[in-house]
Amino acid sequence: MRRVAVIGVGMTKFSGKQDKTCVELFAEAAMDAISESNLKPRDIQALFMGNVLGDFSEGQGQPQVFAADYIGAFNIPANKYENACASASAAARDAFIWVASGFYDIVLAGGTETASKMGTPLATRTFAMGSDSRYEYPAGITFPGVFAMLTHLYAKKHGIPLEKLKRQMAQVSINSHHYGALNPKAHFQKEITMDKVLDGFMVCQPLQLLDCCPFSDGASAIVLASEEAARKLTDKPVYIAGVGQASAGNLLSQKDYLPRIRSRELSAKQAYDMAGLSPKDIDVCELHDCFSIATIIALEGLGFFEFGKASEAVETGQTKIGGKIAVNPSGGLKAKGHPIGATGTAQVYDIVKQLRAECGERQVEGARVGMTDTLGGDGGTIVNLILKRGW
Amino acid sequence: MEHRLSFKEYNEALKQNKLLGLKCNECGTITAPPKITCGECASTDMDVVELSGKGEIQTFTTVFVPAEGREAEAPYIIVLVQLDEGPWIMGNLTGIEPDKATMEIMGKRVKMGHAVFAGDKYSAGDGARPLFSFEA
Repeated sequence: MRRVAVIGVGMTKFSGKQDKTCVELFAEAAMDAISESNLKPRDIQALFMGNVLGDFSEGQGQPQVFAADYIGAFNIPANKYENACASASAAARDAFIWVASGFYDIVLAGGTETASKMGTPLATRTFAMGSDSRYEYPAGITFPGVFAMLTHLYAKKHGIPLEKLKRQMAQVSINSHHYGALNPKAHFQKEITMDKVLDGFMVCQPLQLLDCCPFSDGASAIVLASEEAARKLTDKPVYIAGVGQASAGNLLSQKDYLPRIRSRELSAKQAYDMAGLSPKDIDVCELHDCFSIATIIALEGLGFFEFGKASEAVETGQTKIGGKIAVNPSGGLKAKGHPIGATGTAQVYDIVKQLRAECGERQVEGARVGMTDTLGGDGGTIVNLILKRGW
Repeated sequence: MEHRLSFKEYNEALKQNKLLGLKCNECGTITAPPKITCGECASTDMDVVELSGKGEIQTFTTVFVPAEGREAEAPYIIVLVQLDEGPWIMGNLTGIEPDKATMEIMGKRVKMGHAVFAGDKYSAGDGARPLFSFEA
């Protein structure tokens, strides 16, 4: 297998309802990534794109073929990945595998979504399609509902009073907004307070509004190249040192393993083993904070903290820049935003920017190794990527 | 390959207040809702069995912001119940005001009734789910 580098990244500002189409948004991110790679669209050999709801939000099926044509990468093979919120990460992992295998030298991966456009009722309905339509949706499950149930399980399993856990969870959102306020591409660029989180309306007991990420519009793209091609194109290649992916059935089939997510633990182990690294080697992590409790569960599943200890770690500042592990200095899904089909490669965008030391006030000093963690559905898909500075 | 128990058969039985599952003849595990192989060992050697519909609430939420088309049902309680036969199953809970439910209900014994989601333009028909209530 060949070494593979990310040589260029692009991302639109994440936002509420956009006038631009999902193809237009993707094209903006893609052209920036291609330009940063010192390439032209005709140099791209294949496109791997995440998109979940283009059909519902815009009546647009197979946006990837229109995107390839729109950016001038005429007639290249273009595939769409639908792994719910982990779609772009699944696309990026497959793009990596195709370049590592030697089949392609230069590919474009990314994702696009216009979820905000749909409005909350339809977005809630279509997001819930990432759950089991036969054995979960009839009970009225929603994604906040899934993580609300995991919150209660977490509190009981670890003997943490719910009121205490809720304040620790609120701190997750406060941290995300703190960094989002420093990120010009973030959906929300404002600080929030503990009182504001705890005063929010109830979405799904016990998750309140600011425990939840927003529905966002946006796109992201990355260019992957073989080591040989990368050396000719950039003096700052970011190598993909390890990848992992695992799947799981519906929430109920995960039974008493919950609130742990087995698919994450399997995926992360693949990535760590491939990279020859362990959690203590990771300087910065962009993880899947779709809900405040999701951060706490992810921090443990990725091996940064012992099971039952992550909520306290958040409370004591160990997940901020300068703490044990810098978590979501982009603002995460909570503040940077969550255009679901674009989220995975937006996480890669931010890790690459961190490793290149281009993040200004939210820079993790001396970051050399970064990790992404993306979750789709109720643990149905997990993808992890480990990225390393190549200079 | 034939299904031992399809969604349609499971759904029609649930509408008659019967909860069906599959008992594995290799490892003994009960799989419910059904799959084409055993949820534990992936064996295809399974027989259809009727389950008690009784179990213990493992976790819950009260949904205040529902999906499009489910507005009239909110607020409602979703529970994950571990059945006495082993499987976990998702359903709703009645017998308590939705906005009064707290973690106190976790661990409580429940028995099964059912309710039917009539379906919407995306769902290709209806779908029954267990509607649990507290055991006396």
